[in-house]
Amino acid sequence: MNEIATIQNPTAEQPLSPWQLFWRRLKQRRIAMVGGVILVVLYLVALFAGFVAPYSYDRQDRDRFFHPPTCPRLSGFRLVILRYEQLPGTFVYRAVLNDTKPIHFFVRGDQYKLFGLIPATIHLFGTDDQNYPVYLLGTDQFGRDVFSRLLYGSQISLSIGVVGILLSFTFGMIIGGIAGYFSGWTDTVIMRLCELIMSIPALYLIISLRATFPPGMSSSQVYAMIIIILSFIGWASMARVIRGMTLSLREQQYVLAARALGQTHLKVIVRHILPNTFSYVIVAATLSVPYYILGEVVLSFLGVGIQEPNASWGNMLTAAQNTEYLRNYPWLLAPGAAIFVTVLAFNFLGDGLRDAADTKS
Amino acid sequence: MNLLEIKNLKMDFGSGAEALRAVDGVSLTIGAGETVCLVGESGCGKTVTALSIARLVPTPPANYVGGEILLNGRDVLKMSNGELRDIRGGVVSYVFQEPGASLNPVFRVGNQIKESLKLHKPEKATNEEVIRLLKLVGIPAPESRIKNYPFELSGGMQQRVMIAMALASEPKLLVADEPTTALDVTIQAQILELLHDLKQRLGMAILLITHNLGIVGDMADRVAVMYAGQIVELSPAKELLRRPLHPYTKALMNAVPKLAGGATRLSAIPGNVPRIGNFPPGCRFAPRCPIAKPECSEKIPGLVEVEPGRWVRCPFWKGK
Repeated sequence: MNEIATIQNPTAEQPLSPWQLFWRRLKQRRIAMVGGVILVVLYLVALFAGFVAPYSYDRQDRDRFFHPPTCPRLSGFRLVILRYEQLPGTFVYRAVLNDTKPIHFFVRGDQYKLFGLIPATIHLFGTDDQNYPVYLLGTDQFGRDVFSRLLYGSQISLSIGVVGILLSFTFGMIIGGIAGYFSGWTDTVIMRLCELIMSIPALYLIISLRATFPPGMSSSQVYAMIIIILSFIGWASMARVIRGMTLSLREQQYVLAARALGQTHLKVIVRHILPNTFSYVIVAATLSVPYYILGEVVLSFLGVGIQEPNASWGNMLTAAQNTEYLRNYPWLLAPGAAIFVTVLAFNFLGDGLRDAADTKS
Repeated sequence: MNLLEIKNLKMDFGSGAEALRAVDGVSLTIGAGETVCLVGESGCGKTVTALSIARLVPTPPANYVGGEILLNGRDVLKMSNGELRDIRGGVVSYVFQEPGASLNPVFRVGNQIKESLKLHKPEKATNEEVIRLLKLVGIPAPESRIKNYPFELSGGMQQRVMIAMALASEPKLLVADEPTTALDVTIQAQILELLHDLKQRLGMAILLITHNLGIVGDMADRVAVMYAGQIVELSPAKELLRRPLHPYTKALMNAVPKLAGGATRLSAIPGNVPRIGNFPPGCRFAPRCPIAKPECSEKIPGLVEVEPGRWVRCPFWKGK
C-alpha cells in the first residue's frame, strides 16, 4: 500500500472538461468570435427591441411617407436631429439647416411590452417633439420607422431560427438515434420517410404545407406554423446524419456496458449515444440557423408568412420588390442588410465551431 | 440451488439454412461465491456464452434454439424485457475487455458510477457512495477522481472504475470478460488481485473469461475449457493444471511459456480454430489432435465424467 500512499496527492488543478477545451480553441479563431459577438448583440437588441426602438412597429407618421434616414449630428456636446421639410406634391424631403432638436435618452414614447409582459413607455432615445422625428433608417410607404420595425422584426426572424433548430434537431436526433440503434425494419421505414421528405423541393413543400393551414390566422399562430413547417422539412437531414453516427456509436463497448447495467434502450440512445454526437450537432445547428431565418423571409416575402402590420424581415422586404421604390428609397433594403449580416455571422461562428470541435486539426 | 445453471445451451447466429451454431450444447453451473474460469481460443464462443447469461447478445442476429439459462432458478431466456433489466446489473454485472472503450468518453466517471446506482439502488445514488466504491476498488484520492473524464485515467484506473460500476449494484455474479487482456502485466496482476479480494469480501461469484491459462491457477475454483462452441473439459482448477485430460487442454498448457525451460521454441497447436459453420464432423478438435483416431471424425464424443468432478469430451483421454 506504500506506493498508493505516495500518490495520494493527485494533480492540483481540476482537469479541463471537453467544453473548456472547446472554448479555448474557439477563442483562438477571431472571425468566429466576431460572428459570435455580432450575434450576441443582435439577440440582445432583439430581446430589448421595444426599449431600443424609438417608435412602435405599427406607428404611422402620415405626414412623412418615405422619409429619408435622419442622421444625428454632433452639436457641441449633444446629439441633435435636423428637421426635414417635404417638397410639396412629392416624397422628397430636404433638411432644414440650423433647425435642430437634441436627442434625449430614456424618453417617454409609445407604449410597448418588455419581453412581451411588462408594459413600459421608456425608450432608449428619442426627441420629445413630433416634428423632429428620429428615423435612423427612414420610413416606409406607410410612414413607419424602418429602424423600429427592423428591431421588432428581428424578434421574429432571429427567434424563428433558434426555436426551429431546437424543434427539428430534437426530433431529428431522437428519430435518427432510434433508426440507427434498432436498425432493421425500423431503420428502413424511418430512412425511406426521410428520403421522401428530402426529395421534395423545400420551397414547394413549404408553400403547399402553408396552403393546408387556414387563412386569417393571428400572427402568433402564423409564427408557430412557420416553425412547424420548417422543422417538418428540417428534421429529415439531421435524422439521416445522426442515424449514420449512431450506427457506429452503438457498436461501442460503453453502449454494451450500459445495457449490461440494465439501462433501457431509449436511455441508452439519449444518454450514451446522442451526447457523443453533440460536437457535430452544435456545428450543424449553427450552420442551419440561417436556413430557418431565410425560410421565414421567403414565406413572409411571398405574403404567406408574418402578416402586416406585424414586422418581420421578410415582409419588410416585400416593400422592396418595387424597383421604383428601390431606386428612390434605397433604405427600404435595410432588412436585407440585416439578414446578410446575421447569416454571415452565423456562418462565421459555425465555421469556427467546426474547427474547434475538430480535435484532429 | 446453484446461482447459475446453464443447461445444454444452443445458440445460432442467423436462422434457417444460414444458421451458424456458435454455442453448441454448453452446460455450466456456478454456485454462490464460486469462481469459474472459462478458457478457450478466440472465437470459440466464450464471450457469447457469457453475454447470454443476461441475454445481451442481440436477437436477431442471435437465435436461441435450445437449452435454458437458470439464474436464481429462473430461465433468462424466457424473461420479459423488464425482468431482464432488473437482472442486468442487479444480479449479474459485467466487466469488459477494454476499459477505455467501456466508459462513455463524454461523462465524468463519477456520474457513470452514479448512473449504475440510480438504476438499481436509487436511494444510494450519492457522491459519498461513489467515493466509497472507488475506495473499495483501490483508487487513490477518489474525491477528485470522480470529476475526471475517462481519458484522463490510465487503463488500470479505468478498469477499476468499471469494476466499481459493476459492483455498485451488489451483484451476485460478476462476469469478467478478459478483464486484463488490454492491460500490461503488472496492472493485470493488480486487477486480478483486486477481483480476488473483492470476491472474498463481498461473497459474489465470478465467471472469469480468459484465454490465459496463467491466471487460472490464482483465481479459479473450477475451469471450463471451450473449443469451437463446446465445452471439452470441465474440472477443478488445481487438478486441471496439474493433470489436464483432454488433448486440447494439454496442447494449451504446452503453449504456455515456461520460465524454467530455457530458450526453447514455444510450442503451438497446429492448424486453426475451425470457423463457425465449418466444423468438422465428429470431434471438432480431431483435425488438430495429436492422438486422433479414425473414429474421432465420425461422431461427436459426449462430455463424460471420468473422475469425480472431472468431465472430458474425449473417449481416449487416458492414452497416447
